[in-house]
Amino acid sequence: MVPTAYYLVLAAMLFSIGIAAFLIKRNVITIFISIELMLNAVNLTFVAFAHMWHQVAGQIFVFFVMVVAAAEAAVGLAIIISIFRTRQTLNVDEIDLMKS
Amino acid sequence: MSPMPANYLWYIPLLPFAGFLINGTLGRKLPRALVSAVALLCTALPAGIVAWLWATMRAPGASDSMQVAGAPWIAITGFTVNFAFTVDHLTLIMLGVVTGVGFLIHIYSVGYMAHEEGYWRFFAYLNLFMFFMSVLVLADSFLLLFVGWEGVGLASYLLIGFYFRKTSAANAGKKAFVVNRIGDFGFLLAMFLLIAHFGSLDFNQVFSSIAQHPEWQGARFLTAAALFLVLGAAGKSAQIPLYVWLPDAMEGPTPVSALIHAATMVTAGIYMVARCHTLFDRAPIALAVVACIGAATAIFAASIGMVQHDIKRVLAYSTVSQLGYMFMACGVGAYTAGIFHLVTHAFFKGLLFLAAGSVIHALSGEQDMRKMGGLWRKIPVTFWTMSAGVFAIAGIPPFAGFFSKDEILYQTFIAPGPLYKLLWLVGLVTAGMTSFYMFRLWFKTFFGEPRFEQHELEHHGASVHARSTTTLTMVAEPDEDETADFHGVHESPWIMLLPLVILAILSVLGGFVGVPAALGGHNEIEHFLAPVFANGTAVEAVTASTGHSLELLLALISVLTAGLGFYVAYLCYYRKPGTAAALADRNQGAYSLLAHKYWVDEFYTDFLVIPLMMVTRGVLETIFDHGIVNGTGRAAGLATRGFAWATRSQISGNIRSYAGWLAFGAAAVLVVMVFGRALWMYL
Repeated sequence: MVPTAYYLVLAAMLFSIGIAAFLIKRNVITIFISIELMLNAVNLTFVAFAHMWHQVAGQIFVFFVMVVAAAEAAVGLAIIISIFRTRQTLNVDEIDLMKS
Repeated sequence: MSPMPANYLWYIPLLPFAGFLINGTLGRKLPRALVSAVALLCTALPAGIVAWLWATMRAPGASDSMQVAGAPWIAITGFTVNFAFTVDHLTLIMLGVVTGVGFLIHIYSVGYMAHEEGYWRFFAYLNLFMFFMSVLVLADSFLLLFVGWEGVGLASYLLIGFYFRKTSAANAGKKAFVVNRIGDFGFLLAMFLLIAHFGSLDFNQVFSSIAQHPEWQGARFLTAAALFLVLGAAGKSAQIPLYVWLPDAMEGPTPVSALIHAATMVTAGIYMVARCHTLFDRAPIALAVVACIGAATAIFAASIGMVQHDIKRVLAYSTVSQLGYMFMACGVGAYTAGIFHLVTHAFFKGLLFLAAGSVIHALSGEQDMRKMGGLWRKIPVTFWTMSAGVFAIAGIPPFAGFFSKDEILYQTFIAPGPLYKLLWLVGLVTAGMTSFYMFRLWFKTFFGEPRFEQHELEHHGASVHARSTTTLTMVAEPDEDETADFHGVHESPWIMLLPLVILAILSVLGGFVGVPAALGGHNEIEHFLAPVFANGTAVEAVTASTGHSLELLLALISVLTAGLGFYVAYLCYYRKPGTAAALADRNQGAYSLLAHKYWVDEFYTDFLVIPLMMVTRGVLETIFDHGIVNGTGRAAGLATRGFAWATRSQISGNIRSYAGWLAFGAAAVLVVMVFGRALWMYL
């Protein structure tokens, strides 16, 4: 049986990759994918702990996260499409309306 | 006893309050007739309830007092105060004066204020005053009494400053408020002391607790509480050293002077001392202080009143002086006599002020007696009614003032100790002075050559009213009959004369409720108030031992003194009108001392107001206000700006840099959570 720590290390690595990609990449789609990566890293830890403690609650949480992630993906992609239509770019460095 | 009037007790204060709300909020839009109807109705109904109450409580077999419990107000551990009213015979007398005289003065005001701007505002304030004054006399605890006490102060402030565009009126209002605050400070300290010692502010609890502890006779905390209460009473009832606000309060409209600054509010201090007589009886030092303050104020104010030229100022100083009498009566334990004088004084001083208002009205705003004279043929009703008031206050039998003043003087005389003989002498001299200055006013106003010029008067009157309409434009309503109203000297309309006549009748007959046994009466007011004060026995014992001869002798002396005052005034101001001026010339020093009111106002200004202002401006304003308060604000602003300056470069608008900071922060939190404890250990 695989020890829980393995899962956790894997999850930490996935999460770190997600953060790194989020910070480095300029394409909105890529950033979006990195967010999904971070969410799933967290899901992995949930499942790992659920397995370790023989508790079903962790798995139920994962379902919730997945549902919310799906909804969020739908909204996020819609936003990305509308950004592309108005600005003809997906480079986040050019999408800087918040900068005064 | 039928329980019916008790159920309606709440309406006595609440109806005027309703009147205040209606006139205060809607009055500006309402026609004047409706404003007066509301104001009159809201004072007439309480007067009716009081009359009903009076009838029930005087009925044979009726109980001496009734309580009406209300809602709990303050309830904390070990200390509760309720909104509760109590009615005993003392309250009943005060209520009678407040609602009765108050109603008459409301009627008078309808005529007097007819041409003034802010008519609705005047009646709203007047009703507000009636509300608080009823609360004051009905209160069942010190705290509720204090609510009424502060409230009448507020109403007084608003009404003194009624012509608020006039600087002197606004300042007079402020002065009254500030001086009263000093008195209230004493009242508050007294209440704190009572809470500390009795754990209650309820009259019944405090007084019964005092009554159960005979060993507290002259106890230090009782004396202290009583002295603080005296300070409060001195503020409200204009006694030395806090009397200075009352003469200035004459800036208010004349009905206000009559109602608040003569008949009712200023007597609140006397009422309070009488109400707390159980406390004062146990604090002989405080009582002696009350008597001395009263006597000193009486003679002091009377001497100033002798040389004033403004008709209202004479009456104001006379009020201060008469309040001194009432204080003196309370100070010798003659509470009944004090309350008796309070009642008769409410009648005749209310009458005098209203009559003076009628004179002023007749002369279109002239208040200087040097510009009056010979008015008795022109305004006969005012003359005759005012004469009743003058004779009453001067102590000419059988007018009301004679009986009440004589009772005070007699009781002062028979009080044990040489001090009280001296106070009696002071009171007697004051009686002579009172008679002098009142007849001086009488002669100067109504007799002799007219010293006003018809033409000048018309011009003057027109200009006064022109000023009042231009400067006091709240809502400019054109007065069609204004020009028709100024044909020179004119008698007031019937609506002003009716209250005068009623009060004149009361001033003539009011004394008969307290005719002492020596003069063949049986002093009904003494018996009426006996359940409240229950100390008539000592006086009766003295009277029994000396017989009535002493009382009669003293009465004779005071009548002769009053007659002397009359004669001197007659000589100086009627027979040889130049005498007074010659006397004043010969005694320049004394005259100017009196004319400048002993320089008390100047003394207060130089030694209290100016140093206080210097402390305020120099220390409080520069150090505290500008330094600490403004400094804190400025420092907070500067700190925020500095922090913003330091972090501004990070606000790039680049989402990824924010995300980077977020990740960095999360990582930092994680590090602290995981390794923090270990790091802490090593550090």
